[in-house]
Amino acid sequence: MSDTPLLSVRGLSKSFAGHQALAGVDFTLRRGEIHALLGENGAGKSTFIKTLTGIVRRDAGAVWLDGVAIAPRSAEESARAGIATVYQEVGLLPNLTVAQNLFLGREPTRFGLVRGRAMRQRTSERLAEFGLAIDVGAPLGSFPVAVQHLVAIARAVDLSARALILDEPTASLDTHEVTVLFGVMRRLAERGIGIVFVTHFLEQVYAITDRITVLRNGRLVTERETAFFPRLDLVRTMLGHDIAEEEARSETAPRAQRIGAGPPVLRAERLGKVGYLRPVDMTVARGEVVGLAGLLGSGRTETARLLFGAERPDQGRILLDGRPTRIANPRDALRHRLGYCPEERKTDGIVADLTVRENIVLALQARKGPFRPLSRAAQDRITRDFIAKLDIRPPDPERPIGLLSGGNQQKALLARWLATEPRLLILDEPTRGIDVGAHAEIIRLIRSLCDAGLALLVISSELEEIVTYSDRVIVMRDRAQVAELADGAIDVTAILRAIAAEAPAPVPEPA
Amino acid sequence: MRALRAGAPQLLAFLAVLLADRLVAPQFLDVHWQDGRLFGNLVDVFNRGAPVALLSLGMVLVVATGGIDLSVGAVMAIAGAVAASLADTQPLPVVLGAALGTGLLCGLWNGLLVAVLRIQPIVATLILMVAGRGIAQLITEGRIITFASPDLAFLGGGALVGVPMPVVLVLGMLVLTLALVRGTALGLMIEATGGNARASALAGIDTRAVTLAVYAWSGLCAALAGVVAAADILGADANNAGLWLELDAILAVVVAGSSLLGGRFSLWLAVLGAFLIQAMNTGILLSGLPPELNLVVKAAVVLAVLLLQSPRLAGLSLLLRKPS
Amino acid sequence: MRESVSIKALLVGAMLAWGGAAQAASLTVGFSQIGSESGWRAAETTVTKAEAKKRGITVKIADAQQKQENQIKAIRSFVAQGVDGILLAPVVATGWDAVLKEARDAKIPVILLDRDIDPAGKDLTLTAVTSDSVEEGRVAGNWLARTVGEKPCNVVELQGTVGASVATNRKKGFDAALASHANLKLVRSQTGDFTRAKGKEVMESFIKAEGGRAICAVYAHNDDMMVGAIQAMKEAGLKPGKDILTVSIDAVPDIFKAIAAGEANATVELTPDMAGPAFDALKAYKDKGTVPPKWIQTESKLYTAADDPLKVYESKKGLGY
Repeated sequence: MSDTPLLSVRGLSKSFAGHQALAGVDFTLRRGEIHALLGENGAGKSTFIKTLTGIVRRDAGAVWLDGVAIAPRSAEESARAGIATVYQEVGLLPNLTVAQNLFLGREPTRFGLVRGRAMRQRTSERLAEFGLAIDVGAPLGSFPVAVQHLVAIARAVDLSARALILDEPTASLDTHEVTVLFGVMRRLAERGIGIVFVTHFLEQVYAITDRITVLRNGRLVTERETAFFPRLDLVRTMLGHDIAEEEARSETAPRAQRIGAGPPVLRAERLGKVGYLRPVDMTVARGEVVGLAGLLGSGRTETARLLFGAERPDQGRILLDGRPTRIANPRDALRHRLGYCPEERKTDGIVADLTVRENIVLALQARKGPFRPLSRAAQDRITRDFIAKLDIRPPDPERPIGLLSGGNQQKALLARWLATEPRLLILDEPTRGIDVGAHAEIIRLIRSLCDAGLALLVISSELEEIVTYSDRVIVMRDRAQVAELADGAIDVTAILRAIAAEAPAPVPEPA
Repeated sequence: MRALRAGAPQLLAFLAVLLADRLVAPQFLDVHWQDGRLFGNLVDVFNRGAPVALLSLGMVLVVATGGIDLSVGAVMAIAGAVAASLADTQPLPVVLGAALGTGLLCGLWNGLLVAVLRIQPIVATLILMVAGRGIAQLITEGRIITFASPDLAFLGGGALVGVPMPVVLVLGMLVLTLALVRGTALGLMIEATGGNARASALAGIDTRAVTLAVYAWSGLCAALAGVVAAADILGADANNAGLWLELDAILAVVVAGSSLLGGRFSLWLAVLGAFLIQAMNTGILLSGLPPELNLVVKAAVVLAVLLLQSPRLAGLSLLLRKPS
Repeated sequence: MRESVSIKALLVGAMLAWGGAAQAASLTVGFSQIGSESGWRAAETTVTKAEAKKRGITVKIADAQQKQENQIKAIRSFVAQGVDGILLAPVVATGWDAVLKEARDAKIPVILLDRDIDPAGKDLTLTAVTSDSVEEGRVAGNWLARTVGEKPCNVVELQGTVGASVATNRKKGFDAALASHANLKLVRSQTGDFTRAKGKEVMESFIKAEGGRAICAVYAHNDDMMVGAIQAMKEAGLKPGKDILTVSIDAVPDIFKAIAAGEANATVELTPDMAGPAFDALKAYKDKGTVPPKWIQTESKLYTAADDPLKVYESKKGLGY
């Protein structure tokens, strides 16, 4: 084989509606290597994969596979050229058998008839190479996700893939399944196949990859060999923290003085769900802001959803004001005066067609029930109050909320929960995707809410932000709680170190 | 005022259809008093449009949650059959209770399939659409059950201060439904559920109960429509009662400007939509055109109304209005 | 076991009959009925049983539930049982050749009831007993012409479902009868879809469009629409049967009630007794070898107030209409 890399990407660019999602990214994949593609939300990983495999058309750039320029216009074309992608949602047909899935669209035939036995025979052989001995005549959907992933990979490899892109294949697998998958990945690498591995689990990056490419804001930040890329550096790179910058920042003191946290409002004891979140322990007190830090996919949102009843825990318990409380769904949470501003504003937050007023009163009305309607006068008063207090613009209560800017939508959602007078408010990425001005306002707001005695649990990827307003910071990694930093110990470096720590840190006792 | 402005295209279309009717039939707008009731083509439009108007009151709520109820025609047939078979032996409250109760049960069944078992609404209600007519035929044993009860007949042919009873029932049901969804927060919850079910659930709305309730209400409205239809012909015709009326009801809701994807709804516009469709039907009957053209004419008018509402044309009319 | 015994008994009986005995042989006839989708068809089934009993014929009825494959299965089973004849009310007009050939090979005559099949297959059947829907329209038209006399008369028509052959034929016959009477003028014609509700709605619009007093007669393609139209006339303050003459087709029980009450004038019967003439033809063929004509047309009988409508109502109401 020559020295030409297996896959070579130069200057790949793509913009959507004026937003540059991918700006001149270079990428190189060698034969037989496992290459991690990392980045936080909005870094451009999925745009990169989609543009590379032709699902979306690239604006500029070139792709060579084995030295031959390719420009696939669909996932199928890309797979035919030799680049196959396996997504987290497997994308095969669960009601067909394993064998049918493996040979979908290219069934071995004789006289126009599918040779079922030959097909099953060959499927068994292929899967045996992956150490998989299963009934290939059974429907794919009857097997665990891990097996489905392996079948998808087997199909991709069988389609003579030379480059294989695995997009978060491990997100829903248990430890053993991950081990099996890694075994298969190594075997494929030995056969000369190049693998691009997208994951949120740092442990896995260090366990299996040879090199790492980090994207941030649509740009290539760095490409280094895994062995020479310390964790702390990696985390810093992903989050965009230069050392120098960090030192400059540490000058600005975090929240000066605390009135002292009140009694605990919420206490979670060993709260978890198998395959979703390892047990966490935490308390949030009156007048306290607890920050929840970690990389994307580290278990921050999962924690919030378990606390709020949006997901049902299968272990541990929640205590509110010291009393064990069952929170089976968001309605229960609302009744107990919890509030939750979810991360995905558009899909989980706003009802775009409804007015600002209707969106703001929604949770309060839901708590009162349908048959005790808020009078129009009361709705108007609440809406006017919050529009003024949070400076929501334009200050028109009757405008459909979908027409507002992201920051103003976020403020309206905050208003929705503040209107319910919660004792604990969970904010999931409250400053994501909003402009600088609104950003500062929301942070100011978080502080003042806390001063007013509210208990706050705030999830954010912006570490400086977390440092500014948090009394304590809980650090998450790989779907588990790994550290808790209190007052004096809170700074960006400490958080980064906790995220990047080598082994899973022992779970600290809650303060 | 706001409601009037929102309903401008529908109101204009309705007036245009009435005007067209007046052109094909000069006596169309004449209303006079006869035998203690109002009499005239215009009265017929409201009288004949009543069953679909009742259906659309339930349908508009179902559509607002992003669902659809194909079973309303069949539920009409069932409720009519129940009412007609009891009419001559039971007092009216029992007859009505049984018929409306049956409709409510049908609606709850649909709601159960959609809200709890999470079957797609179009499939879930298709089950009752097909099976329901069979159930109605079982009740009537395949024939037209006639009755003589003047009480039940009054609901179809009677009049209250000159207004035909079916129209009175539509008005009553409209007021009741308005009170139920706009007098409470149910309307807001229905629109929120239809607009974004995930977000609504996270905001603490019991979206499952909301969904169940709208299908139940649709069943109830359909049952009342079935009673009116049976009372009108003094008999229950299981084969034909409500046949294809689910499509007219959906059309009425669409003409009312509701999106089939769910969200905003207007009860009075849905009722207006039903009467608009009937104004068209009546106009066609009056026109003397050969019946082969009925459906073509109807399709053309519906297309025109939908075009009137299309966002692009609305934008155009805004441009035209701006200078003033 | 019992089946074969009875067949043997039948064979013995048939042989005796063949031997010149004057008494009629006991026949077994299979009847493949379409289903019970309308009151008329339910009545046809009831009447068939009654007519068979009257003649001492054993009739086996198979309900096909609107499916041709069920009818084919039923005919095969009749052939296998060795019945003496088969009555078939065909759900569709084509696709019968194969199974009819099987019946012919087994020497079992097949008679079509109330519906015809495509000419190609007709040679395989003994005869067809059907009504003539053009004739029905003509009888209705002739009655109207006779009743009105020389006076000018505006007629409105409630058509059946657009495109249904029965509706087309009933219109054709009625138009033909009116053609020779210039004083009878068809002023409005709309479809009422054969239903009461639509019949009422369409009649309402006719009354308003023409003015109730200007309409002299209404013709409906079936009685159900007329029942609806009668309500519309009453609600408009008109006296159906007096202010406006009515004539419709089918002769279902409810129209006789109306005739008895003076609210309807005439109906033309689509008899549910198709089996009676079929049994007679079969018997004549079996006993004497008489080959019937290819088409036995049932009588399109006119009923008016002179025919004791209450009695007819009583006799018809138990038939399952």
